Amino acid sequence: MELIWNLCEILFIEVAPAGALLLHLLDWVRLHVCEVDSLLADVLGSENPSKHDSFWKLVTILVLQGRLDEARQMLSKEADASPSSAGMCRILGDLMRTMPVLSPGNTQTLTELELKWQHWHEECERHLQDSTFASSPHLESLCKIMLGDEAALLEQKELLNNWYHFLVTRLLYSHPTVKPIDLHLYAQSSLDLFLGGESSPEPLDNILLAAFEFDIHQVIKECSIALSNWWFVAHLTDLLDHCKLLQSHNLYFGSNMREFLLLEYASGLFAHHSLWQLGVDYFDYCPELGRVSLELHIERIPLSTEQKALKVLRICEQRQMTEQVRSICKILAMNAVRNNRLGSALSWSIRAKDAAFATLVSDRFLKDYCERGSFSDLDLIDNLGPAMMLSDRLTFLGKYREFHRFYGEKRLTDAASLLLSLMTSQIAPRSFWVILLIDALPLLEEKEVVFSAEQTYELMRCLEDFASRRPVWREPGVQRIQEDVENTKLEMLRLALARNLGRAIIKEGSLEGS
Amino acid sequence: MFVARHIPADHKDLIHDVSFDFHGRRMATCSSDQSVKVWDKSESGDWHCTASWKTHSGSVWRVTWAHPEFGQVLASCSFDRTAAVWEEIVGESNDKLRGQSHWVKRTTLVDSRTSVTDVKFAPKHMGLMLATCSADGIVRIYEAPDVMNLSQWSLQHEISCKLSCSCISWNPSSSRAHSPMIAVGSDDSSPNAMAKVQIFEYNENTRKYAKAETLMTVTDPVHDIAFAPNLGRSFHILAIATKDVRIFTLKPVRKELTSSGGPTKFEIHIVAQFDNHNSQVWRVSWNITGTVLASSGDDGCVRLWKANYMDNWKCTGILKGNGSPVNGNSQQGNSNPSLGSNIPNLQNSLNGSSSGRKHS
Repeated sequence: MELIWNLCEILFIEVAPAGALLLHLLDWVRLHVCEVDSLLADVLGSENPSKHDSFWKLVTILVLQGRLDEARQMLSKEADASPSSAGMCRILGDLMRTMPVLSPGNTQTLTELELKWQHWHEECERHLQDSTFASSPHLESLCKIMLGDEAALLEQKELLNNWYHFLVTRLLYSHPTVKPIDLHLYAQSSLDLFLGGESSPEPLDNILLAAFEFDIHQVIKECSIALSNWWFVAHLTDLLDHCKLLQSHNLYFGSNMREFLLLEYASGLFAHHSLWQLGVDYFDYCPELGRVSLELHIERIPLSTEQKALKVLRICEQRQMTEQVRSICKILAMNAVRNNRLGSALSWSIRAKDAAFATLVSDRFLKDYCERGSFSDLDLIDNLGPAMMLSDRLTFLGKYREFHRFYGEKRLTDAASLLLSLMTSQIAPRSFWVILLIDALPLLEEKEVVFSAEQTYELMRCLEDFASRRPVWREPGVQRIQEDVENTKLEMLRLALARNLGRAIIKEGSLEGS
Repeated sequence: MFVARHIPADHKDLIHDVSFDFHGRRMATCSSDQSVKVWDKSESGDWHCTASWKTHSGSVWRVTWAHPEFGQVLASCSFDRTAAVWEEIVGESNDKLRGQSHWVKRTTLVDSRTSVTDVKFAPKHMGLMLATCSADGIVRIYEAPDVMNLSQWSLQHEISCKLSCSCISWNPSSSRAHSPMIAVGSDDSSPNAMAKVQIFEYNENTRKYAKAETLMTVTDPVHDIAFAPNLGRSFHILAIATKDVRIFTLKPVRKELTSSGGPTKFEIHIVAQFDNHNSQVWRVSWNITGTVLASSGDDGCVRLWKANYMDNWKCTGILKGNGSPVNGNSQQGNSNPSLGSNIPNLQNSLNGSSSGRKHS
């Protein structure tokens, strides 16, 4: 993949002109093909490098890759070791040294370079004709390679390893000033020559050929087919789009294709239990369909842990995806209610700003209290804060709990006023009124007078209001007993209220009096 | 690249439907052995059966999950002329240890006088609502007004299709521009029955469902039908499983051109028709974003279809029922690993011991 990527960089993005093009391609080959360096280290490290088995192989590879300086160094070692071939080595070394190359920053024009190169080429040719290297088959083949002789190059198939190496070497030694537009001709013929009809092109070959033909669309298409995931094409297309290359190559659907591929890749990421977070970022960069794709995908992430849920919610909240937040919180709240985790359900409802569900959960809390006489999840209810306002029932729940706290802290007058306001403000559910009224009893039986006269009148009014509107129990049995118990309690309440009224009037009267 | 996992389902008869839940971690199967099984996926990716119970007194044709906003709820429909709604009860700790859960029946819908062939929940923005269709050609729409009380469902609409119905699909679009819409497919084999797909749309004024379109070009028995999820398109996409795979687009014609108050008129185009299965196609199912369609057929294969950026539909993968990939398809390399994850959200009847084939 890196091979293709680098080639695309050279051809499409750098848009190297003739001359420099070859240098880039040479770098490309050196980077990706043949592990020359380990061989080099091997041979140099040995006692007698020139007698090493792989010596000539090494020199040949160096020449094939255009690394002539190093090749020359190798030759000088051979010259030292065997004086008989010293002369030839020196000549060949000179040829290597004098090969004209385009150096970056050089002011010579392409034509000048071509001219010089032509001269040099002829000199090499002359040496070959003069049989200068006749006595050493190795040196002779090296010379032929440097002349760009195709047959000689093809002999080195094994060392070249693949057709694109063959292509670059061939260009180096026969057409160094190759122009980009001619590249594909040489590419096709190199492929054909190299394969020699023995095997057919592989997908990778097709991709590279398409690149040499500067057919971006084809490159992307071939990559889509050959590679097993969308990572490569998505990023390559994105890069090309940012370089405005997709447009210039007349792909009017350029930005659409980029987005299409990015959406594909991001969707793929969402399949993964943790990589989905990367997918989020990719969707953010898709202007048309990114947001809606993200909305659809993010709802479906299984929320196996609370941390994951919070992470997902944060992502949604950052992007103002309120419907998704509501839905996810609702799912979590529902799940909590089913598992009887009322506190959790309440906090999710609050986060979802779901008043209806908050009411439902509050009702469950109150029902639990009626049955068991105590609250679960006190921490949560005590610390509701402004969230209490979400629903009336929730407010009632919070305030009722506050009443209990006041009573526990012996802040009796506060407790009394709160209790009264709970009854008069109409937010108490009908089913709870009897409990509220009965809650007043202990307050009335305190030594000191807690309820003022006016408050006592209010309480009496509430009591009568309640008593007159109480639903008549139709079923016999348990409800009857409950009704009796209730009636007794209410009678006690009436008595206590009357007593309190008396005490309150006296107390208020005397204070004012003295 | 696909990874196939074989799950021995242990149903004692043909499996007719497989349905994944919203998150793809739970699966329900139903069978002619009259039972429904629920499977849960563990962290390691294995599927375990966490519930198995008798649901009807006849073959169970379809099973479907409600949106998790309503809790863990399933609906099933059967040859015994009923549809049922089930809710999972959080069990005792003993059960949890054994990895079992209990499902209780919340309601039975008994209005049909013939086999109920499909049941589908409506999109969540419509509340807790479901539709059933029967062999007597009637589509019934029920609603539970209190989502916390699953035992109270009321029949809201009865739509007469005049043809024996085999499948229904709700349009999942929650856009305000689109009224609720339901597509009904028929496998009626009587010679008078011609067009086998009808589209009904809810009319706000009359508060009823009225027929909006009939797909005249579909004349062969229809086994499955599915609206694609809507990514904000103005038009709808509908997939049909019949003697081949067909994909239609329905573009609403502007309201000013139609008589006001009537159902929307649509421009109908067929954008794809594939007979690669070379046999009856039994199920079609979309992925989350409506970009990939899966189909299953009597050739024992599942095929995946995708549109490229030019809106040309092509086959992007083939999977044999036994899990092995099919060779020799040059398109196979286009398969997308994300489909491996979308597969949990596709519904096909090829898992388990047998393919979903209905006996008439």
